[in-house]
Amino acid sequence: MRTADQTLDEILNLAATHFKVPREKLAPDEDFFKALGIDSLQTLDLLTRLENHFDVELPDYELQGVSDFRTLASRIQARL
Amino acid sequence: MLNLDQSSSLGAALRDALDRFALETCLIEADRDREKTRLTYSDFKEIARGLGRALEDAGFKPGDRAAIIMSNQSKWLISAYAIFYGGAVLVPLDYKLTAAEHLQLLAHSQARFLIVEYYLWQALAREPEFQNHKLQTVLVTEAPLNAELNGAYRWEDFRRKGTPEFVLRQREDVACIVYSSGTGGRPKGCVLTHENYLEQCKSLTAWYPFWPGVRYLSILPTNHAIDFMVGFIGPFVCGACVVHLRTLRPEFVRDAFVRYKITYVSLVPMVLKNLERGLRAKFAELPGSKRFLLDQAISVNKFFSQRRPDIHLSRVLLRSVHKAFGGELRAMFTGGAFMEPSTLQFFYDLGIPVANGYGLTEAGTAVTLNDFKPFRADTVGKPLPGMDLRILSPDSDGIGEVAVKSKTVMSHYLDDPELTAETIVDGWLLTGDLGRFDGSGHLQLFGRKKNMIVTEGGKNVYPEDIESVFDGLPVKEYCIFAANFIWPGKNLGPEMLMLVLRLEAGQAVSEALKQEIITLNRKLPDFKRVAGYLLWEKDFPRTASMKIKRTVLAEEIGKTLGRAAVVAL
Repeated sequence: MRTADQTLDEILNLAATHFKVPREKLAPDEDFFKALGIDSLQTLDLLTRLENHFDVELPDYELQGVSDFRTLASRIQARL
Repeated sequence: MLNLDQSSSLGAALRDALDRFALETCLIEADRDREKTRLTYSDFKEIARGLGRALEDAGFKPGDRAAIIMSNQSKWLISAYAIFYGGAVLVPLDYKLTAAEHLQLLAHSQARFLIVEYYLWQALAREPEFQNHKLQTVLVTEAPLNAELNGAYRWEDFRRKGTPEFVLRQREDVACIVYSSGTGGRPKGCVLTHENYLEQCKSLTAWYPFWPGVRYLSILPTNHAIDFMVGFIGPFVCGACVVHLRTLRPEFVRDAFVRYKITYVSLVPMVLKNLERGLRAKFAELPGSKRFLLDQAISVNKFFSQRRPDIHLSRVLLRSVHKAFGGELRAMFTGGAFMEPSTLQFFYDLGIPVANGYGLTEAGTAVTLNDFKPFRADTVGKPLPGMDLRILSPDSDGIGEVAVKSKTVMSHYLDDPELTAETIVDGWLLTGDLGRFDGSGHLQLFGRKKNMIVTEGGKNVYPEDIESVFDGLPVKEYCIFAANFIWPGKNLGPEMLMLVLRLEAGQAVSEALKQEIITLNRKLPDFKRVAGYLLWEKDFPRTASMKIKRTVLAEEIGKTLGRAAVVAL
């Protein structure tokens, strides 16, 4: 079982690799739209990748209003 | 379809529709590939009745304002109907706004009731302003078991037995308060009457009728004027079916077209552009012989659909393409932002016409729409029935501000008589958009009046007009600005137009890209040509309907970069 910190770290690594952003530029409380320079369609792509990585399903409606990595990690952690 | 001339309110029209089409399916809700809900008009009526009765018990009164903040789902429409049934005023808010913006608009609209998704309600509760809210009753949907509801009730349990009293409203009574783009500063609450909606519904369905069996895929947010009309009121008064998807992931949206044999859909230009890219990529992967056959089929289809679309022929000629969209798709609607003509033409040539239109919340929904008689990709179509349009103070090219007079034009802006007086003059709604009519009565748009640039030579230049020439430029996004708009100077000097480029991640300005910009630039008359480009490293701020927030972007650029950042072409 992953710890919350591990989940967060894996999300940041995956986002950095997929969107070709230096890992050190991403902070847990940062707005991922701004940090990654992505739009809502690309965010859906990120979520699909996270679902595959963690083997969970993240309904879009549960993520309404979520825009920072830490909250996203807590939603994923709750489903692990 | 119901005879809407006999309806005095949205509540009355919907109530009659629920009885008349009782056994037809009105709603399908799916989450990914799992169907969650399928309701007949009779089922819908039953659920709304219990909700309406419970609202009545909670002190819901005619004229009360009730807000909805939800993504597209069946509970949105059921709640809206219960609100209209009780004679109240609906305040549909954009669920994509921030929690702080939601609270600002809830306060501005003086909503006493709120129906909201659980996670959005949680976000509201975390805001410092939350403690000042004046909401009397809040219903949350899909709250997990044992969740802290902060004084709200569960929508799913909020039921009472019995039948609530139907409250008849008159046509001139307020139906909705809809916030048009422009949050953050002064909220612009458009007050729309029952007549506005009933007349809009009449004119839209005159050109694009719904009937029992038609399925509309609801993707645009239902709070948006377009989806509210063509994804709720329009289909319901005609006995058609609305399909809601609880996800917008492209793979499930594509499946939904096929699984539910969708007839109509509305899309924002960005999604349409994505669909085009996906199809072009698939076409490019085809082996030579298949590609040749496809190109031939497209050419034949193009030839026979010059005057108007021939849906039956297109479905035979381009069977595999139509099959990928479910085989029943008749048209896609788009509007609200400038659409590239090449994208519209691409779909038209495939026999999937895109009805490009022009509208604004202040005028109900749509003012003009393409009727495909014939198709004109470079225009936003002709005025819908009942719309009177004028071009005010046209310049030598016939371009001036578009003004609209019709029964669909809003009553006023909420609590803003000054702005109302500036916007509605002698019964004409001044749209702030610049356009002209061509010889055959099609409206061409050139941009927003406030974005217009007057060159040194006294020529009027519209950024949106120039942007359309750079259609297809292989960058993430781009827009045109006058340098003086970003960096105002004492001595203006010759105005310089420039292209602001937002590149894809990892992309650099290659020689090929530079050459493409130069080639496209040459297509423009000299006074419209851009003199340089500027690289911008953030996404452009956009409104809910995906229009670029030009003033905000200009301010951001002006604060971050100087004129020296412009690279001359």
